[in-house]
This record gives sequence, structure tokens and C-alpha cells, in this order.
Amino acid sequence: MSTADASPKFRLLGGRIPYVEGPLKVTGRAEYTDDIKRPGMLYGGLLRSPWPHARLVSIDVSSARSLPGVYAVLTGEKYPTPFGVLPITHDETAIAVGKARYIGDIIAAVAATDERTAELAMAAIRVEVEPLPEYADPQTGLAPVTEPIHARGLAGTNIQKEVVQHFGDVDAAFAQASHTVRVRGTFAGVTHAFTEPMATIAESTPDGRLTVWSATQVPHYLHRALSEVLGIPMHRIRVIKPEVGGGFGGKSDPLPHEIACAALALETGRPVKIRFDREDVFLTNHGRHPTQNDVRIAADSEGHLSAYDIQAVLDGGAWSSFGTVTTYYNGVLAMGPYRVPNFRYRGRRVYTNKPPSGAMRAHGGTNIRYSVEVALDELAESIGLDPFVLRERNALPPNSTTVNQLRITSTSFRQCLDASRVRSGWADKFRRLPFGEGIGLGCGFYISGSNSPIHFTPKMPQCTVHLKVDMDGGIAVHSMQADIGQGSNTLLAAIVAEVLGVDLDRVHVVRVDSDISPVDIGSYSSRVTFMMGNAARRAAEELLATLLRAASELCGYPVDQLAVERERYVPRHRPEVAVSFMDALHKAMEKVGALTATGAYSSPPMGGTFKGARAGTAPAYSFAAYVAQVRVDAETGEYHVGTIWAAFDCGRPLNRLAVEGQIEGSIHMGLGQLMGETMSYRSTRLMNPSLLEYKIPAPQQMPRVECLLVGQDDPEGPFGAKEAGEGPLVATLPAVANALYDAIGVRFHELPITPDRVVRGIEQRRKEGRPWKGA
Amino acid sequence: MRSMSPPRPLRLTLNDRPVETSCPNERILLDLLREDLNLTGTKRGCDLGTCGCCTVWIDGRATLSCLTLARSTEGHSVTTIEGVSPATGLNPVQKAFVERGATQCGFCTPGFIMTATALLRDHPHPSRSEITEAIAGNLCRCTGYTKIIEAIESAASGDR
Ligand code: FES
Ligand code: FES
Repeated sequence: MSTADASPKFRLLGGRIPYVEGPLKVTGRAEYTDDIKRPGMLYGGLLRSPWPHARLVSIDVSSARSLPGVYAVLTGEKYPTPFGVLPITHDETAIAVGKARYIGDIIAAVAATDERTAELAMAAIRVEVEPLPEYADPQTGLAPVTEPIHARGLAGTNIQKEVVQHFGDVDAAFAQASHTVRVRGTFAGVTHAFTEPMATIAESTPDGRLTVWSATQVPHYLHRALSEVLGIPMHRIRVIKPEVGGGFGGKSDPLPHEIACAALALETGRPVKIRFDREDVFLTNHGRHPTQNDVRIAADSEGHLSAYDIQAVLDGGAWSSFGTVTTYYNGVLAMGPYRVPNFRYRGRRVYTNKPPSGAMRAHGGTNIRYSVEVALDELAESIGLDPFVLRERNALPPNSTTVNQLRITSTSFRQCLDASRVRSGWADKFRRLPFGEGIGLGCGFYISGSNSPIHFTPKMPQCTVHLKVDMDGGIAVHSMQADIGQGSNTLLAAIVAEVLGVDLDRVHVVRVDSDISPVDIGSYSSRVTFMMGNAARRAAEELLATLLRAASELCGYPVDQLAVERERYVPRHRPEVAVSFMDALHKAMEKVGALTATGAYSSPPMGGTFKGARAGTAPAYSFAAYVAQVRVDAETGEYHVGTIWAAFDCGRPLNRLAVEGQIEGSIHMGLGQLMGETMSYRSTRLMNPSLLEYKIPAPQQMPRVECLLVGQDDPEGPFGAKEAGEGPLVATLPAVANALYDAIGVRFHELPITPDRVVRGIEQRRKEGRPWKGA
Repeated sequence: MRSMSPPRPLRLTLNDRPVETSCPNERILLDLLREDLNLTGTKRGCDLGTCGCCTVWIDGRATLSCLTLARSTEGHSVTTIEGVSPATGLNPVQKAFVERGATQCGFCTPGFIMTATALLRDHPHPSRSEITEAIAGNLCRCTGYTKIIEAIESAASGDR
């Protein structure tokens, strides 16, 4: 099925490569942060605000400090420097300064001999506050409020960010349109629910250095934030990333507890560990924004799209986090995979006194794609077109540019449509299955790495990979990309082994350690395969050039006549004088000793010149066309997704095992948001901060997933590859929603689609006397 | 908040060896294993019996160690992920998990290995629904369970 099965021939890439750290993980030997103990280690505790919004009048820590076993009690004043993942929106502090902004905000930190003592100390802290008005609803915050949550809110409101964009002439397009549709979507907040709670250990040593082990997706941003807030130069801080038990965006911000932990270590001179319980994880959140969007689409009588007019209001919670990016993405990520000549967007992200929203898998793309894809299904119906035909008519061609200047190079979107239509048996099923059974199409695209790094100073590549090989023939790979379970270490090792022609077991990806790993800006925005992959390939090619020169010296044939074979370099037609990898290595080492090589990646210049033009630009995009088939129990409203035909364009899949794993995991997560996951609030109080009450889908709820990897090589991706970490999520939700419509004739514009909403929808339709498929 | 009761001796069989240790009556088995005995292969995902990351065997039965008082294992046999892992190499279930890509972030994996190994010991040829039933108490957020179920099936059939 995949074009990647054709040449060129790879030994490893394109196959199914088991994860290199798998044996450690299945034996419990993989080391996560909480598995580490340091001699003399203390435990940190975080006192969290029970108030949604309050001025901190006084905090009396004297009796807490005097308890036996208590080494330090810190409040916000000691390290008041604000930080945040985006340099333009530093509005967080390690410990609250002046105000508490949500139930769960950290207002004091304690270090003690054990967690129980830390809890006793926290109970002994006396906090006097002046309660302030609490803001739960982002709509309220759109107008000026009596007590803005942050002083930086727009003109006395709680608006953190407003984006207004207009390309072409949307009003004219609507005036001329023969068909228009409108979807007003409402989306509950959802959260990552990774299995490993956050944990951090910090240790300051008498040589003036600070070492921090943390469960983070982006060691480099943590490194910067620690330096900025603690006032210690980066070169005296060492950040180590142990194994990370899932992230999905939730461990991509530098987080207050990480900095508070380091502050406690500085204060005590002892190693300090902070580990979260599940409630801490929920209160830290940074999950998908609760969202309301309003999508209007205009088209001509043949279904050619002429305009999108989109508005979105995002509930940001207490901090900015990635929110400025989220605000842009909720508009610009509507702009594929179709050609849309006119586009207008107004997005506003509003602070509320709730746990912060942030980046979650398929960040910024999930909710807007849901509304757009459901609207397109409605549009197709109103025009009388098959949903596939509507998509085909509007598919962006390869090497095109969207009206908002997103550069599209490779796209196999049409191949995705073909594959999912054929494999699903669409023609025999669409509108032909009995009442209660349905089939639906949903499509997506996603950035393959954000083109703009978050930090611009100093100017440097987005990614660098170092290789070192000594006389033993083992190749150490250094890189600050963060493997959080997605398999990036495996890919890195496989690329190096592939290029050098060596066996995979020669290659060892060294744990991220800022003392030795060159900077990479981490695992978010689905950037790692594309960017690290290119950097790794370049580093390996540099090393290969050195080895081939040495091999050439040994065998007497010029470099350009040497072929790379398994563990050896072979002159054309003269295999008997082939030079082994080890011989070439030892020859190359004669004068210089251990060999090193470097590769880097910077994305090319792209995007328009208007304000916000960088948002959504990426060196490549993934594309998806999913078909879902569902069965609904009309009595109970329960429904089951039987199969998802997941046609996905990740360019050339480099590790099929990992790509499938990303698609299956993404579908599971997407179904969670669609079918029931909800951060449920009473006013500002999170009511379900546990995995018992916040339910992710059970194994029985998973559909059969057929992965259809139809991508063609991307011109700039490493060996033709693009991302597969986030894009596979977005198409899931609208495919199922559109299948539900086919099954029962009910449109859902509000997520999650719970059984009671299904029952109500069916009843409503009956009441209106609009039978569906005869029922 | 009360302080802990004084430590008392505790005797159990741990990974097939007799162990004498001591702990307060309130000590949770998961803490005893991870904090006192440094058996960190057993993971803490929630402390509330909701994730299955802390699954161990007590007298061969898969049990959540975060909901078990250490004291209750007095005279019993406790097996952890360390106890089902051969000194070198992997057991068949572990091998299947690696080969099938059933472990991504890996944090849920020790719990799944304990559950799956117990299942296959008692039901060498489980049906798909018996497998999903058995793993219903173990959460995985990475894999969508697809490859976990495949791995257990392949370990059962011995076709790897
Ligand atoms: S830690 Fe025991 S079930 Fe989650
Ligand atoms: S592999 Fe990450 S939770 Fe299962």
C-alpha cells in the first residue's frame, strides 16, 4: 500500500524497529525521576491555594519552620521573577507572589526529612487572604472586570491574547455563496492523563552547581527558566531527563514545582525531591483549552469552498502557558487540507481562575478541526455531494500556499482519501447501513514541527546532534530531544546505524544531560522526527565521510566507489577487499583518536510578513483522512466505534511500529475527548481530579484500527519522513461524529458526546417528526 | 495528622526469597517496596487503586500494592516485576511486549507485565475478551491498548 515500500532500500528504516529501551521498560529497570534517590535527600511539599482568587495578605511560616525535621519553608517573595514557556508572556512565578489565582496555585514550599513531616509543616502555615472575585466563565472576562486576574490582561479585561486576521474578502465571498453552513462548537477541557505523575529532584553542590532531574519534555526550556528565575547562569545548571512516563504536552512547559524544588535545594544545600500525587497532576493541568468556536463556511453550488469565517473563545485558566500559540492555532490550523481563498479569524484567550490550559497533543488543531469537519459534512449534505467528493474538490495540491501563507510542500491527502474510501467499503455503506449504524469521514492536517523556535536568542539551529565513537566501536549519540515514549531514541539510533551501515546495537543514545547533550528544543509541536532526524542524518553522514576516507586508504579504492554494506565498506565489484567498520574506524583514529561528528537542523525561511505570520508555519505537514464506523444503541445512547480506517500521510514511515503506535494511541486519546473525558468544574473548582472520576477509554472501547500509511516522500524530511505524533489525533473526532450522524441523523456540536446527549438527540429528532433511515 | 506507629518486624517471601524487614503498621506495600526495599520497578501512578501501575502478585494473584497494607503480607509471598524478570534476557511476555511495541513510555508496563503474566499462567490460551477483561484494571495512555493486546495474544500462542 505504501509508496515507501519501493526503493531506496534501507536495512532498518521503514521496517518495524522495536524501541531500544523496551527491554528496560518491560523489566522495570527503566529509571524514571521518582526512582532516583540521592544521599541525604529531603522531600518537598507544596502548599496549594484553597482559594480561587485571593490577595495574599500575610503568610506566617514561623511555626512551620520550627517543627523538627523541617529544613526550609519558602514563600513567593524570594524568587519573584516571572517566567513562562513563551518569552512574550512571562506571567507565572515558582511560588505565588501577591495573589493566588486558582484553587491549586502554589503559595508555599516546604523541605523536610520526609513527606509526612512536610505535610505537618504545611498544615502549620498560617495564610491570611483577602478573597477576590472569582472568574469561572471566559465570556465574563471579555469585558472589563473589577479585579483582572493579571495586570497584563487586555484593557482591564481578562483577555490574555486576541488574534484578528483577515485574508481576502470574506463578506463578499459569503454574499456570493450558494451554500453556507455554520457550526457553533462547545468543547469541555480535557487533560493529558499520562501515567507518570510529575517528579523533580534538585541538588545544589558546594562547587556552585545545581543539578535538576525532572520529568520534562523540554529540558532546554526548563534549563532556561531555572536560570532566569534563580539567577544562576545556565552553565552552572545541569538538567537531566530520566525516562519520562508520557507527556502529550503536559510536561512541555517549565513548571512552577520544578523551580520551587530547585529553590528548596538552594535553600537547604541538600538534594530535594518533589513528586506529585494524581491530584497535583490534575491541578497542574496545562491540558486542552475549554473552547467555544463559531465556524461559518461558504461554498459555491459545486462545493468549492470560498470562505471560512471563524471565531474562538478559549478558557486559558490562570496562566498564559502556550496560550498565545493556542490562540493562533485555533484559527490557522483550519487552513488545511483544503484550499480556502478567503479567511477571517478572531480568537480570544481569556484568563480564568482555573488550572492553566496549555498544549495537549494536536495542540490548537483538535477543536477547530472538529467544527470544520462537521460543518463540511453538513455542507456536503446540503449540496447533495458525497463527503469524499467535497474533500477531493478542495484538496490542497502539493507545492501550494494557503491564503495565510502556509507553505505546503508534500501532501498525499488525495491518497489518504482514496485509501480510506476503498478500504472502508464506503460506497456500499454511506447512508445505506440500517438505523443505528453509520460511517463517517473526518480529515486533518498538522504541523510537522513548528517553524519558529520559541526562543530566538542566541540565534542557533533548532536541533543539534553529536556523535562520538571511540576504539571500542560503540557510537554514542548526544541530543537533547526528549524521548517520552514516542520512540525518538529508537529513531535516532536507527538513522545513525542506517547511514553508517552498522548494527543497531553499536549505537547508544545517551540520556539527556545538559552537560553533554547539545541543545534541541525538545519534544513538542511534532518536531522531533523531522528536525532531529535531519540533524542525526547529517551528523552520521559526516562521520561516514571520515570512515570512508579511511576505508579508501586501506583498500586503495576511491571513496566514490565504496558502497555501505552491513558493518563494512565495499569497493564496487571487489568484495574481497572490503574494509570492516572496525578497521576503517581504527584507521581513521590513528591521528585524532576518538571520532566526533555534528549535525544540525534549521528550518528554512517561510511564512508571510503580517503580524502572527509565523504561527502555523512548519517545514512540512502531515495529512489524514479517517473513516469511522459506529454502532449506536438508541435506547441507552451508548455507542461503539467498530473500526477506524486511518489513512495517514507521514511521508515515509521510518519506524512502522512507532507510527502505528502513535496512530493507535492518538485514536484512543481522541476518542476519550469525544466520548466522555471532561475536566469538570463547579465554578472554578475542579470536581474530578482523579483517574477514577476522569475516565479514559477502556480497552473494550478501542476500535479496530487499520493504519493505512500512504505518504509519499517529503522533499525536506529525513529520508522523506514527516510527523506522526499529533496529526493522527485530529481526524478521529470528526470521523466518529460524522459516523454518528450517519447512524442516527443527529449532529453534535458539543463535546463530549455522552450517551445522554445521544438519547436526547434521537428524541429531539423524533419529536420534530424527522425520521432518519426510516426510524 | 498522626505520626506513624513504631516499626514492627515483618517477615514475608519476596521474589521467592525470605525477607525480614520492619515497618509501621500503616506502611503501604507500594511504599515498602519502592522506598524501603528499593524495588523501584513497581510504579506509582495514582496511589488510589485506579491505574494498575503498582500491580504485584500476592501469593500469585495480581494485586494493587498501593491499596495493600505491607503488614497484610506477613507470611505471604509477594512477587514484583523484578521477580518475574530473568537475570539475563526476558521472559516470553516481556519479549512479546518489546517485539510488538506494546511499551511506549513504559510507565504502565511493569503493571501490565504482572497482570499479563498471571493471566497466561492461569489461562494459557485466553480469548481476546478474556484479555481485555484481565487488563481492565491497568491504564495505558500511550498505546490505545492495541499492541498490548497483540503482545499478550502472541505470547499466548508462542508465535513471536
Ligand atoms: S498506583 Fe496503585 S493503582 Fe495506581
Ligand atoms: S506505555 Fe505509556 S502509559 Fe502505557
